[in-house]
Order: sequence, then C-alpha cells, then structure tokens
Amino acid sequence: MKTKIIACLLGLVAILVYSCQSEQELEFMRYYTTGQELYKTNCQNCHGAQGEGLAALIPPLTDSSYLRKNKQQLACYVYNGLKLPIIVNGKAYSGQMPASSLAPIQIAQVLTYVENSFGNKMGLHDVNAVNTELTKCE
Amino acid sequence: MKKHILIGLGLLSLLSACRPDDKVGTVLPIYGNREPVTRMVNGKEVTDTVYQTIPDFKFVNQYGKEVTRRSVDGNIYVADFFFTSCPSICPVMHRNMLKVYDAFKSSNNFKILSYSIDPKHDSVAVLKKYADNLGISGDRWWLLQGDKAATYDLAKSYLVAVMEDNKAPGGYVHQGYFVLIDKQKRIRGSYDGTQPEQVDKLIADIKILQNEPQNSIAQ
Repeated sequence: MKTKIIACLLGLVAILVYSCQSEQELEFMRYYTTGQELYKTNCQNCHGAQGEGLAALIPPLTDSSYLRKNKQQLACYVYNGLKLPIIVNGKAYSGQMPASSLAPIQIAQVLTYVENSFGNKMGLHDVNAVNTELTKCE
Repeated sequence: MKKHILIGLGLLSLLSACRPDDKVGTVLPIYGNREPVTRMVNGKEVTDTVYQTIPDFKFVNQYGKEVTRRSVDGNIYVADFFFTSCPSICPVMHRNMLKVYDAFKSSNNFKILSYSIDPKHDSVAVLKKYADNLGISGDRWWLLQGDKAATYDLAKSYLVAVMEDNKAPGGYVHQGYFVLIDKQKRIRGSYDGTQPEQVDKLIADIKILQNEPQNSIAQ
C-alpha cells in the first residue's frame, strides 16, 4: 500500500516536472521561430543565412564567447545600432550597424534565435531581460 | 478514358514546354534598343541591326586610376551600382558578387565594375578600404567613383534605376541588378544580385558568353 502511494506521488512529481519543462520549451520554440523570421527580414542581408558575416566588413554571429561576454549589451546593439569598432573571432570590425525599429519583444525573439543558432547555445533570452537591458544601454 | 489520355497529353506538352531548349540556352539575348541601319556593300543594299551599347564614361577606381569605356575593351564584364555605407541590399549583393569574383578569378578578359552612387562619401580611400575588407585585390574587380549626375545617367544605360531618397535606408534607393555586358558592350543579361540562384545563373551565362564564337557576334 505504502509503496503504491509513493509510486503515485513520484509519478505526480514527474508529470509536474515534465509539463513544466515542456511549457518552457514551448515558450523557447515560440521565441525561436518568430526570431528566425525576424532575422531573415532584418539581419540576414548583412550577417548572412548562416551568420557568417561578410569578409572583414560585417562580423559573423558565430563567436559564442563574444555573445556570452556581451549578452547584456546585445539588446542595445540591436536597438540603437553599433558605431564602435568591435573584435569578433579575433578580428577587428569598424563598420557601423544601423539601429533597428524592432520592439523589445521582437529583439528578445531575434536574440533568442541568434543565441541558439550558428553553433551558439544560450537558451531563452526573454522580453523581461531585454526590457531591463534596454534601460542600461551605454 | 479518352479524357484521361487528353489530360495526359496536356501534361506531357506542359512538361516539354518547361524543358530548356538547347538551342535557345546556348545563345544569350541582346537587350536594349536596336535599330536597323541600311548601307551599300558592293552595290547591294545590306541591312544591319545596331544594338544599344554602354556609352563612354570616365571614373576613378579604388587605386585612384582612371577607368573609361576603353579600359574594358575586349572584356566581358558585370556591372552593379552600390555604396559602401549601404545598410540594405548592398552587403548581400557583394556577398553574391564575391561568388562571381571567385568563379572567374583566373579568367582572362573578365572584369567586375561596381559604380558607387554616393561618390561624396565613397572617396578613393574609402573604396580602397572597402575592397581590402572585402578581400579583393588586383584589377579583376574595380570599385568606381565619379561625377554623381554622370553615374545616375550611366545607370540608365545599364537599365538600372537609381535614386536619392532621404526616407530610404542609407539615403538612396537603387536596384540590386548585376548587368552582364559582352565584348561589344551590349547588355546580355540582368540578374537580381540579392538572389543566390540568379547569381548562379549569371555565372553559367558568363561561361556561355565566354564560349560564344567571335564571328557570330561581330557587328
């Protein structure tokens, strides 16, 4: 009897944990797929379909360590554009990125896409984080 | 049953219509205006077709050297219009143009001419830096700078529309066409430089043009 109850409880916990995860996963997939469309229309011309960039003119989006290190600034870069020279994959890029007219939720979606494509795996970049980051733009 | 055969025949004719005709595939069309010119040869009246050609121009390339219509004499070339600070279609155009550059790197008598539509910003130094960053060198691909009005006029000769527009990203609207010019300076093809599959067709068409017998294209 006791074992049955324990088994039931364990099962319940497992179901809870599982449904929780899948809800998170669903949220991630929603961000990711919308982000993919936004990437195609707003970013791909310059950064390329594989995030490969363009020679020494436009930086690639494949440098995971750069993205991790500057994660708090990425929303600002997308929102305001980028004028300062940066170093990606050990190469200097001095071109300018234009500002975008994306809303915070769209920035979150496109960042989720970029941060989980082209060899990057950084998980969900949600809209609350983006809103906070946008208040601290340099 | 009869109906089925009819539908089948209809489908078959459609299929054969879609198949590229070998004869048409090996000769590229000639675009632009044309006019018949009649003259006397050995007492006989002969009518020739005179095709539109690219008019004379005078520009400066990324090395500061003068480039005119004569500089491309005897060359097949591809022309496009761009500007270095272009945030919209230019990057994807030149990503695709690099494919053309790489495909014909070791070809003789082939050039790429990219005319800047923003000569005020795109000085020789700016164009040289752009070329370096793009990873191009030598005289295969020239980035050209010249008089603004002359550039816009020349664009029309290439059948490309270029316009200044404050509302457009970067301040200009322009079409992303790659225009294929033969050794007689006639337009033989126009390709959307933002579409990779169109650029593949351009590369194939350049090879067709390179193999075109000289006597059939002499005017």
